[in-house]
Amino acid sequence: MNKKTLDKAKKGTYLTISTLPSGLVKIQLIRLGISEGDIVFCLERLPGGTIIIQKNRQEIAIGYDLAKQILIG
Amino acid sequence: MSKSLTDIVEHKDKHPHLNIDKDLQSQSKMKKIVLVGNPNVGKSIFFNFLSGIYVDVSNFPGTTLSITKGVYKNFTVYDTPGIYGVSSFNDEEKVARDIILDADIILNVVNSLHLERDIFLTQQLIEMGKKVSVILNFSDEVKKRKIIIDTKKLSDILGVEVIETSAVSKKGFDKIEFAIENARIGKQPHDLHELLHKTLNRVGSQAEALLVLEGDEIIAEKHGVNPGSPDDREKIYIDRRNRVNELISDVQYEDTSKGKFFNLLGRLSLNPMTGLPILAFILVLLYFFIGDLVAQRTVSFTEGIIGKGYVEYNIKSFIADYTQTKINVDVLDDEGNIVDSKSFEFIPNKKSDPALAKEFSIFSKSIGAESHFHFSNPIVRLLFGEFGAISMTLTYLLFLLLPLVIAFYFAMAMLEDSGYLPRLATMLDRSMNSIGLNGRAVIPIMLGFGCVTMATITTRLLGSEREKTITTAILQFVIPCSAQLAVIAVLISAAGFTPLMIYVIVIFTVLILLSTILNKLLPGTSSPLLIDLPIMRFPQFDNVFKKTFFRTYGFMKEASIWFFVGALVVGIMDITGLLVVFQNLLAPITTHWLQLPKEAATAFVMGIVRRDFGAAGLFSLVLTPMQITVAIITITLFVPCIASLMIMLKERGLKEGMIIWAGTWIFAFLIGGIVSQIII
Ligand SMILES: Nc1nc2c(ncn2[C@@H]2O[C@H](COP(=O)(O)OP(=O)(O)OP(=O)(O)O)[C@@H](O)[C@H]2O)c(=O)[nH]1
Ligand SMILES: [Mg+2]
Repeated sequence: MNKKTLDKAKKGTYLTISTLPSGLVKIQLIRLGISEGDIVFCLERLPGGTIIIQKNRQEIAIGYDLAKQILIG
Repeated sequence: MSKSLTDIVEHKDKHPHLNIDKDLQSQSKMKKIVLVGNPNVGKSIFFNFLSGIYVDVSNFPGTTLSITKGVYKNFTVYDTPGIYGVSSFNDEEKVARDIILDADIILNVVNSLHLERDIFLTQQLIEMGKKVSVILNFSDEVKKRKIIIDTKKLSDILGVEVIETSAVSKKGFDKIEFAIENARIGKQPHDLHELLHKTLNRVGSQAEALLVLEGDEIIAEKHGVNPGSPDDREKIYIDRRNRVNELISDVQYEDTSKGKFFNLLGRLSLNPMTGLPILAFILVLLYFFIGDLVAQRTVSFTEGIIGKGYVEYNIKSFIADYTQTKINVDVLDDEGNIVDSKSFEFIPNKKSDPALAKEFSIFSKSIGAESHFHFSNPIVRLLFGEFGAISMTLTYLLFLLLPLVIAFYFAMAMLEDSGYLPRLATMLDRSMNSIGLNGRAVIPIMLGFGCVTMATITTRLLGSEREKTITTAILQFVIPCSAQLAVIAVLISAAGFTPLMIYVIVIFTVLILLSTILNKLLPGTSSPLLIDLPIMRFPQFDNVFKKTFFRTYGFMKEASIWFFVGALVVGIMDITGLLVVFQNLLAPITTHWLQLPKEAATAFVMGIVRRDFGAAGLFSLVLTPMQITVAIITITLFVPCIASLMIMLKERGLKEGMIIWAGTWIFAFLIGGIVSQIII
């Protein structure tokens, strides 16, 4: 397992969410439809590290500080 | 004596309530329908349809932030803020949670495009043991994308009714009645149900038992039990998530056809290469629409020709028929030079001198003529004179502000409905981080350009107190609302391009400065961005028009009273000589520090009442372009209007609100003066 975080995701690739930060954020992400083990698509990576991922038809923007805490495989 | 007293008591017993109480009582006996759903799924449209009450509808998550109550047949209906789950993570959720616990029937509105996300809440509502019906909204978009949803199967699995609708075209709304009548408790997952039973004995309702298990501290405390641990909650959530995902794969089939134009536009507006040009294009478009078409062409027609030239002229001329009046008429050429001038004096009034009146009437109607009425009677002057409460309210409000405010609200509604705002929020997220905010704050700030008061309420959708404080301060200090911007647009488009640039740069610098300072001073950290992006689409015209109408109407209703009051205050100050005293008092600041004529102080008096009058007060002054620049910078930074001060005090508390308010005084004169010293 490498320790890659979501903010380093490459635009236009599929990635697996391996670990979410625990606590409230995790609950929020699960409710939005993102849980550990999910495969999501990286739609865009903005300069500075704001990430937009897509799961099914849902597009979700994740700020750099949060993306940094999400491990991907 | 004592007998009559018992009489009254008895009488009261027979009619224990007044009529109003009776209404309330029967209302509280009425069954409660609560509209529940994720943000931006169309709840407010359904609420409007059922209750007939207008509530804002926009294409971004977080439009509704409080509960609105209405009546439908023999039910009370409630519109609620959008939530992703029932719990107490933030204020909206708490508000929504209480009303959900209290509901008899829940209409769960679902965005069919995002079943995975939305059914999570549905599942939770069902697990709470509530009577639910599911409304699969956005069926038009589903069709467009060739997605097939097996509603029958979904209904079987969930154990509740499922209807399909498209709220924008009111398709399927005939089935809402059916959904309400057939709302029922859905199928319960087995293992959770067993778990619930243990808590149920101690809490009393299945809904509250579930919340306690999920770790809701407030509900747990209410019943004196221990809330579930974070691990319990996580387990429940993950189980639910898995159940939902499984369910969705059973009922939804896709025909993977790629997105169309607007989908592409949505992507492009987020791409760093194309996003900035798109933003620039939108700003240019806004400039041409508001700055040029409306602020210049339309307003010069409505204010100059209809307002001043026709309405005001006729009213004053009519008043002159009955009171002593001196009228100066100047005839101007195209460049604004006076080429001819005449003075008419009517004693005791215009009616008494038909010959002169006729001469005036002809002369004042020659091309380029401007009439200035001077009434001798102070009361008449107060109402109809230069700052006349009635004449000024009429001209400014109806012929200057109204067209501009309509234009602004229209432009805002178009933006709100397109789905662009959350994308703008995402694009600016990183830059906003450096001033202690996340991209989400872009939404209230943009709304501030419509109405600062409304936008101050919208700061509720931000994640932490410090973000709310910073954003509120930005709104109250630097963001001019539509009415003020309207007047500024007129003034500045006359002043030229350099003043515009100076204005924008100064205001922007203050914004950065202010938020950087606050970011340093305020303790804690800001929350990172997490926002779901709505679909991008062409704005729905009927919604845009409806919203523009209701907001404009609301604005006019509120503004006209305050405008009248403001004009009256200034008028009285004028007649009593107080205005001159005040002007002289402020003179060191106005004339030396800001280098404006001392009459500019009048604008500040009016500015305290409403921001736009402040700017409007500058109209009557003769100013150089650079003086205009200084004046509008000062007026922009100066105190927010009374309405938004009130809302700010309510939202942010007395202390913080007053600090911000006082701060605007200092900042306005400080920055205005510095700019003045540099450029004049
Ligand atoms: N295409 C399409 N758009 C819809 C439909 N229903 C709602 N919308 C749009 O979705 C957006 C959100 O509508 P609202 O009624 O404000 O949603 P809400 O659930 O009250 O949102 P919040 O108050 O933010 O929780 C608006 O732009 C609507 O025009 C639908 O059936 N089809
Ligand atoms: Mg709403």
